[in-house]
Amino acid sequence: MKISKIVEKMQPSGIRAFFDLVLGMKEVISLGVGEPDFVTPWQIREAGIYSLEQGFTSYTSNKGLYKLRLGISRFLKNKYSLDYCPDEEILITVGVSEGLDLILRSIVNPGDKILVPQPSYVSYGPVTELAGGTPVYIDTSKDGFKITPKLLEKHIDKKTKGIILNYPTNPSGVSYRRKELQEINKVLLKHKILCISDEVYGDLTYDFEHIAFPTLPKAKNNTVYFNGFSKSYAMTGWRVGFACGPQEIIAAMTKIHQYTIMCVPITSQMAAAEALVSGRKSVEQMKREYNRRRELMVTELNSLGLKCSRPQGAFYVFPCIKSTGLSSLDFSRKLLEEEKVAVVPGTAFGLCAEGYIRISYASSMDNLKEALLRIKRFLERRK
Amino acid sequence: MDEILEILEKDGRASVEDIAKMTRKKPLDVKKAIKKFEKEGAILKYKAVINKDLIKESESEVRALIEVNIVPQKDLGFEKIAERIYSFPEVTSCYLISGTYDLLVVVEGKNLHTVSNFVAEKLSCLENVRGTATHFLLKKYKEDGVILKQKPQNQRIAISY
Repeated sequence: MKISKIVEKMQPSGIRAFFDLVLGMKEVISLGVGEPDFVTPWQIREAGIYSLEQGFTSYTSNKGLYKLRLGISRFLKNKYSLDYCPDEEILITVGVSEGLDLILRSIVNPGDKILVPQPSYVSYGPVTELAGGTPVYIDTSKDGFKITPKLLEKHIDKKTKGIILNYPTNPSGVSYRRKELQEINKVLLKHKILCISDEVYGDLTYDFEHIAFPTLPKAKNNTVYFNGFSKSYAMTGWRVGFACGPQEIIAAMTKIHQYTIMCVPITSQMAAAEALVSGRKSVEQMKREYNRRRELMVTELNSLGLKCSRPQGAFYVFPCIKSTGLSSLDFSRKLLEEEKVAVVPGTAFGLCAEGYIRISYASSMDNLKEALLRIKRFLERRK
Repeated sequence: MDEILEILEKDGRASVEDIAKMTRKKPLDVKKAIKKFEKEGAILKYKAVINKDLIKESESEVRALIEVNIVPQKDLGFEKIAERIYSFPEVTSCYLISGTYDLLVVVEGKNLHTVSNFVAEKLSCLENVRGTATHFLLKKYKEDGVILKQKPQNQRIAISY
């Protein structure tokens, strides 16, 4: 059987072999993980278990449980003063991942271009291609890994349909202040470019308040906002995310969703609904803990000579390893082989991130300290 | 709660240097703050949480929760009599409780006998104690926020995007 051209053409990730190496090794201290090290808070797990006991095992509405959509609507109202109607403007998806697939398939015609500032999460490009679009990667490495109006203008043309913005950003941890976002928004409005805003790390912003993109002037009708439960509530395995946007876009996304997914598993939706009710305190607690780890990591890595700026969000630091003379992949591979510490080469997130590695501090303080000792040893051998 | 206290409450062995890095403070300032907390009594002591079930050589201990009904004293209320009770070394905790009895006293002893002796000979015969009800503790599941049974943690895959 011949595989379709579009899938055939998709590049398998260049660092798959490195991932396999990590997975095959025992007793590794892993700073390579893109998910919280916390277990889902008990009250949320309990709600999932209870829903099973009660016999909630059916399909739900395609859009998702009404009580969950209502909860999300209220949450967004409280936190960001955003008004999204639970009936028409919110869709529950299988994580933000599904939501991104839906939005791209909903808006892209063959040949349409989608801007993807890099380094970025790995799925943005491939999902754009699957939808028939062309990803246009923007190298942000010279601008502190931030997208700027200037960079935007340089890459926009008549075929540009949308941009996938992600902040706080995986892998760099950078985020934006209101003023920076306003400038970006102006450019997008001017060129009528849809903002696909992946804000799944929004709750994990440390130095200032997270600004939801649709709260910017005139942005709401030009934005589809994505968020989920994975990172904030340590619920990665439950696979619940949501998309909020203009009614006609959400309706289009729902069309695809109803044929491909039907609905998100009811157990997960029940648990997510509980997360909104009783999980906010846990979010704050986890955030405080992440923040301490962030401060420790930034201070220590800089003192080891791996230059890194203070990331403002998510749970990643993105130090520069150019001083070692090694490539990202070589650095990561050698660190793994010699010291059994796993990190992700920056190049996994775009070639422009050569010379950087992503370190996840979603790991216990003891693990972080041990890993730092090992990295120190590793670096000393290279002097 | 102060962030330094929050860190120490979780890990009493966290070093001044590490706390300083975690909170972006100067080590000297952290040291001073901790000294102040200790002096004020906000930090009373540092200790390890030990799961005694796992220590085979230790002599088994029994623990009892005792409900104590007392007659409050004029001007002094419950304070004086509570002090008389909690000063016994056998008493590990003592709380004033609302409801059908007044003090909840936790007592530890080598065996059933020592605990009942304490209740019979020391506690019950105190002048203001009107009555007691002793509950022996059978099994500890969780204590001071720590679950005593070590469960195997679900392993995350070691690397992901």
